[in-house]
Amino acid sequence: MQAYLKLDHIDKTFTRGNATTEVLKDINLTIEKGEYVSIIGHSGCGKSTLLNIVAGLTGATNGGVLLENREVNSPGPDRAVVFQNHSLLPWLTVYENVKLGVDKVFAKTKSRAERDAWVMHNLSLVQMAHARDKRPSEISGGMKQRVGIARALAMEPKVLLLDEPFGALDALTRAHLQDSVMALHQKLGNTILMITHDVDEAVLLSDRIVMMTNGPSARIGEVLEVSLARPRKRLELATNPGYLKCRQRVLEFLYERHSFVEAA
Amino acid sequence: MSMPAMKTEVSAVAIPQTATAAPVVTMTPKRAPRAETYARMAREAAARVVPPLIVVALLLVVWELICRRAGSSLPPPSKVFKDTRELILDPFFDNGGIDKGLFWHLSASLQRVAYGYSLAAIAGIALGTLVGQSVWAMRGLDPLFQVLRTIPPLAWLPLSLAAFRDGQPSAIFVIFITSVWPIIINTAVGIRNIPQDYRNVAAVVQLNPLEFFTKIMIPAAAPYMFTGLRIGIGLSWLAIVAAEMLIGGVGIGFFIWDAWNSSHISEIILALFYVGIIGFVLDRLIAGLGRIVTRGTAAN
Repeated sequence: MQAYLKLDHIDKTFTRGNATTEVLKDINLTIEKGEYVSIIGHSGCGKSTLLNIVAGLTGATNGGVLLENREVNSPGPDRAVVFQNHSLLPWLTVYENVKLGVDKVFAKTKSRAERDAWVMHNLSLVQMAHARDKRPSEISGGMKQRVGIARALAMEPKVLLLDEPFGALDALTRAHLQDSVMALHQKLGNTILMITHDVDEAVLLSDRIVMMTNGPSARIGEVLEVSLARPRKRLELATNPGYLKCRQRVLEFLYERHSFVEAA
Repeated sequence: MSMPAMKTEVSAVAIPQTATAAPVVTMTPKRAPRAETYARMAREAAARVVPPLIVVALLLVVWELICRRAGSSLPPPSKVFKDTRELILDPFFDNGGIDKGLFWHLSASLQRVAYGYSLAAIAGIALGTLVGQSVWAMRGLDPLFQVLRTIPPLAWLPLSLAAFRDGQPSAIFVIFITSVWPIIINTAVGIRNIPQDYRNVAAVVQLNPLEFFTKIMIPAAAPYMFTGLRIGIGLSWLAIVAAEMLIGGVGIGFFIWDAWNSSHISEIILALFYVGIIGFVLDRLIAGLGRIVTRGTAAN
């Protein structure tokens, strides 16, 4: 099977003055089309840096990212990002925020009316069509994140990058949004790369979980295959032995073998 | 057959009953709150207007008492009003030369400010964007700006008179050079403070530099820009009065100077009153414009 997205021997070193910090060391990962892959690790292990490298927002020191066998090293709508803190532009309405990306990506291929319909279609995918004329300050945190997801989806990305998308939300909203993302993945079959630090979230949503060791010089410690049948139901999984086993594996990795060192 | 007809009859009777009942029930309570809101609005307006009116009245009384006695160097308010009655009642007369109504003096001054300030706004936002966006432009230009902005407005006047050899462009230049610095500096700060998140969004969407400027930079930095623009308009109104005293011609600054030379103290006081009011209005105008433009940004 040909890799769809390939992270090829990525190293990342930050240099400030004389001090150099090696953040990522020799990251190799291949992701197939339609796969949902999570990257989990303690804070400071460089998982966000890795996502930024895939997005093209940060350059890798060595190695590179291949998408459909072509190297990508600058940001673009084919790798749309859902940012942790939603990053909606506060002076635009919900509709205009989504439209910003749509207008650029489909400037030549869709007519004005088609683009408008496409924006509304994506807003209704995340159940936000009713708030089209609201500004980000007028909607809740969970709704903002929904719009952020709609903005990314509307660019029809080859890979959807989620940077701790539910991190800033309360537990109930988070569960609700996780179900939405799961349903969208089921329906649209996107390839998704998600950063998270929530074990349950990783097991619930992913096909594979990439566990990273602690920084500096973080590397991929272990990759866990989550072979639970889809569609997955949160309540049924709570007692599912397969789910519990996966959860156990990740917890052991994070808290026994690579427990977080406070003074790292 | 008769059953549906009876039904419609029943409902037809029932509907008007509720329809007539509804307005009677709902209209009466509606009317009371409306009157209440008017009363509340009036109370709120009074709470804002009455205190300054009292203070102004008290000050006028004190002024009148101090300046009323014979041999006082400044006229009391009653004399000011008596002396300047004609100027107040007819601001539009034009006897040629500089013997014009106050309207013409003020409009000449405002015109100079409009030219100078518009140029300063355009140049200030452009330079501020450059300095905020480029590290090298900042390193090169910022020290220069920091020195130049401390030069008092009137110190530029002789130089600009030498360069332009005419009063009108010199005054406009003084306005420009006075108001451009806060606009540059605030715009630069605003551009530098654009959150990295917005830049990331622009990068992922692949906005080109022009789109980035109009869709991200301008709205994101607008609150800062308007802070600069507001300081700028205040400074230009300060500078124009001083500059006009020196360059002469039609204008409120020279009107004051002329009144001083002819010992018309009451006219000076009237002119100061107008200068204050117009400065206040200009400030509010820019502040209001800023509120409208930055509505979305400021809300977050």
